Amino acid sequence: MTKILKKSQLSENVFRMTLEAPLIARERKAGQFIILRTDAEWGERIPLTIADADPLAGTIDIIFQTVGVSTKQLSLCNEGDSIADLVGPLGKPTDITNYSKDGRKGWVVVVGGGIGVAPSHPIAQAFKAAGNRVTAIMGARTKDLIIMEDEMRKACDEVVIVTDDGTYGRKGLVTEPLKEFCSLEEKPDEVVIVGPPVMMKFAALATKPFGVKTIASLNSIMIDGTGMCGGCRVTVGGKTKFVCVDGPEFDAHEVDFDNFIKRLGTFKDEEAAHKCKSGLFG
Amino acid sequence: MTAKEKLAIAPQEMPQQDPVVRAHNMEEVALGYTAEMAKKEASRCLACQAKPCVQGCPVKINIPGFLAAAAEGDFKKALAIIRESSLLPAVCGRVCPQERQCQKFCTVGKMFKDVAKAVAIGRVERYCADSVEPEKTEVAAPTGKRVAVIGSGPASVTCAADCARAGHEVTMFEAFHKTGGVLVYGIPEFRLPKRIVEKEIEGLKAMGVKIVTDFVVGKTRKLADMKKEFDAIFVGTGAGLPKFMDIEGENLIGVFSANEYLTRANLMKAYLEDKAATPFWHGRKVAVLGGGNVAMDASRMALRLGAEEVHLIYRRSEKEMPARVEEVHHAKEEGVIFHTLENAKRILGDEQGKVRAIECLKYELGEPDASGRRSPVAIAGSEFEFPVDTVVVAVGSGANPLIAATTPEIEVDRKGHVLVDETTRMTTMPGVFAGGDIVLGAATVILAMGEGRAAAAGINEYLRPR
Ligand SMILES: Cc1cc2nc3c(=O)[nH]c(=O)nc-3n(C[C@H](O)[C@H](O)[C@H](O)COP(=O)(O)OP(=O)(O)OC[C@H]3O[C@@H](n4cnc5c(N)ncnc54)[C@H](O)[C@@H]3O)c2cc1C
Ligand SMILES: Cc1cc2nc3c(=O)[nH]c(=O)nc-3n(C[C@H](O)[C@H](O)[C@H](O)COP(=O)(O)OP(=O)(O)OC[C@H]3O[C@@H](n4cnc5c(N)ncnc54)[C@H](O)[C@@H]3O)c2cc1C
Ligand code: SF4
Ligand code: SF4
Ligand code: FES
Repeated sequence: MTKILKKSQLSENVFRMTLEAPLIARERKAGQFIILRTDAEWGERIPLTIADADPLAGTIDIIFQTVGVSTKQLSLCNEGDSIADLVGPLGKPTDITNYSKDGRKGWVVVVGGGIGVAPSHPIAQAFKAAGNRVTAIMGARTKDLIIMEDEMRKACDEVVIVTDDGTYGRKGLVTEPLKEFCSLEEKPDEVVIVGPPVMMKFAALATKPFGVKTIASLNSIMIDGTGMCGGCRVTVGGKTKFVCVDGPEFDAHEVDFDNFIKRLGTFKDEEAAHKCKSGLFG
Repeated sequence: MTAKEKLAIAPQEMPQQDPVVRAHNMEEVALGYTAEMAKKEASRCLACQAKPCVQGCPVKINIPGFLAAAAEGDFKKALAIIRESSLLPAVCGRVCPQERQCQKFCTVGKMFKDVAKAVAIGRVERYCADSVEPEKTEVAAPTGKRVAVIGSGPASVTCAADCARAGHEVTMFEAFHKTGGVLVYGIPEFRLPKRIVEKEIEGLKAMGVKIVTDFVVGKTRKLADMKKEFDAIFVGTGAGLPKFMDIEGENLIGVFSANEYLTRANLMKAYLEDKAATPFWHGRKVAVLGGGNVAMDASRMALRLGAEEVHLIYRRSEKEMPARVEEVHHAKEEGVIFHTLENAKRILGDEQGKVRAIECLKYELGEPDASGRRSPVAIAGSEFEFPVDTVVVAVGSGANPLIAATTPEIEVDRKGHVLVDETTRMTTMPGVFAGGDIVLGAATVILAMGEGRAAAAGINEYLRPR
């Protein structure tokens, strides 16, 4: 059992929770995730990125969006409640490089779309701590869906906000500022993208012509998260890789995003039926 | 009774659920003997001096001994004899490939020239385990030594029990949220009810074994760090790495490893759609690739998950199938369609990226190879395809790489199997032992159990005060 120590709501469908997890807080590194189950008997194993951790307090933070039955169930849990299972940290940590050399600071651009800002936060922190200059591009459909702005401002040297409808920051898609950065004389040394699969696909296409190293954090469907089921597999550079053990981060220019996006929809019909039956959605 | 009279007793058939009914429920297929049947079957044993059957049992159960007690109706004594050598009789009685182990060597079967007519050792073993509450296991005075057991499959359960019995303080660490290893996530309820595995785990707890679930050694904690807290460690992490065939179309929607397919249904109980939050794939026409126990389980699970047609595709002939004979027989009875001497060449998808058909090649058996097995050879130009919407790949699994990848001190072979000393079962890291599928490659429950036992002996010797 894992205790929920804190809970807050960041936007209509996005919640943040602090969980008691001393072992995970001690071992985790940027880019890693956990798998949890709310209900001991019937719960589904769902993967969520570790958005932050405090090894001294023995806690980790998760930030999640309610998209289906399991995330909805989690959102109904309150401070003081316990969830049945929590396991981690899983996946490979982000490969953090300090690109600074000859008096020039390395430059890393972290792109977070929607809820993807949450996983991008520890990655931005780690690149910054290594000595790089870090720019964040945060994108969302509309102003109310922008999350973690203050924290991202703290973690980065510079933050660019874009919304689809122009209600906050610049109007447009994350790919626009990203392309501009890549066209500069001094290009970013690395771009990391975390967000909805379609956004990641286009962000990867945006950086490719410039030859800028681009990493995408994939959120495939998972069960065990330890390499046992192969359900999370993706095609990277023509080879099959398991996101939970070989990833979750891969060279975005090598990922077969079309297959990845299709595979994410594997259980669409089943989940829709679940959603209706669960009584959790009005 | 004279030998002649014994040979005249008809082999006791195992009562089982009607195939038509059971193909659509998760209840156990083989219902088990009654006391009367168990006694009768046990009395078919000739009590051979040379005990050839014992040679066939990997843990050398005193088979004629327990059969004699069972024939007398003293099942309690029979179970006590079994438990001297095996800790998991309710499991092994159900899932051992008896026709290739104990029963293969049985004199009675030899006399009838039919292994199916051998004394049904496994079935009697199962009856003894199911009908008698085992005595509470005595635990030696605490030694003050701490043992960590990694994994909770049959190798680990056995090792934990034997170490606890010796008085060590044992903690078991399991990556999943539930203990039992393949016995709970792989082998289906209809073949091995989960309550049987749960009972074994309860037994461990009663002996004082601490159980920690949701703990991935190598991730939650490095093995080397755990070594500082434990005097000895047993690694029984199994062969959980699913193999794929590396053919075109394997990442289409609707292609699953047997591990994923079975885990969703077994461990996550996805078949109880009204309750479980984990979804499963509703396949109508399912192709299963492979010919082992895993392939049989996946095929029969597909039927229970509502498939209209299940095609089992295996590139050798039925004779070479590694599955237990009983499972092959049950699968056929339930309506699984067998395609032997055929193999998948590629999987074809529709415009949405979903499986729509499978293309196979026909095979023939060539000359025997070095191992004496006739290897299958593809017949050029024999391609044909048929429509399916689901493909389950059950062509084997490799060693779980997690521990080796995070513990350079532990040496593994080319295939990732952990290397151990044959007598002590110690790995190349002092104080760390290993056994089960992580050492043997995908094997059997009883072999894993035997390995766990051998490793426990190694650990107990290693921790012996001197
Ligand atoms: C490594 C990793 C890190 C992740 N980190 C976060 C995070 O920090 N915050 C967050 O909100 N979400 C994160 N996700 C996604 C999250 O796991 C899914 O949103 C969640 O499992 C959906 O469960 P559900 O039952 O609520 O929805 P479901 O009813 O299961 O699904 C609704 C829809 O979401 C998609 N989906 C289903 N399962 C998954 C899955 N396991 N992963 C991704 N999409 C899925 C499908 O398209 C489905 O149709 C992460 C996923 C991965 C693999
Ligand atoms: C579908 C299927 C059907 C089978 N049918 C039969 C049969 O009929 N008869 C038969 O004799 N055999 C059968 N087998 C084979 C048999 O189940 C295995 O040989 C046996 O379970 C191996 O036992 P084990 O203890 O070595 O490992 P496993 O049972 O594989 O258990 C290993 C455990 O370790 C855990 N683990 C792995 N890594 C870590 C880690 N880093 N930290 C913590 N925990 C970890 C895993 O989650 C797992 O629970 C079947 C196997 C399958 C998959
Ligand atoms: S453990 Fe298996 S091989 Fe040994 S006697 Fe029992 S059924 Fe036969
Ligand atoms: S070989 Fe068969 S008949 Fe002989 S002792 Fe063993 S079980 Fe009995
Ligand atoms: S989630 Fe099962 S192998 Fe990655």
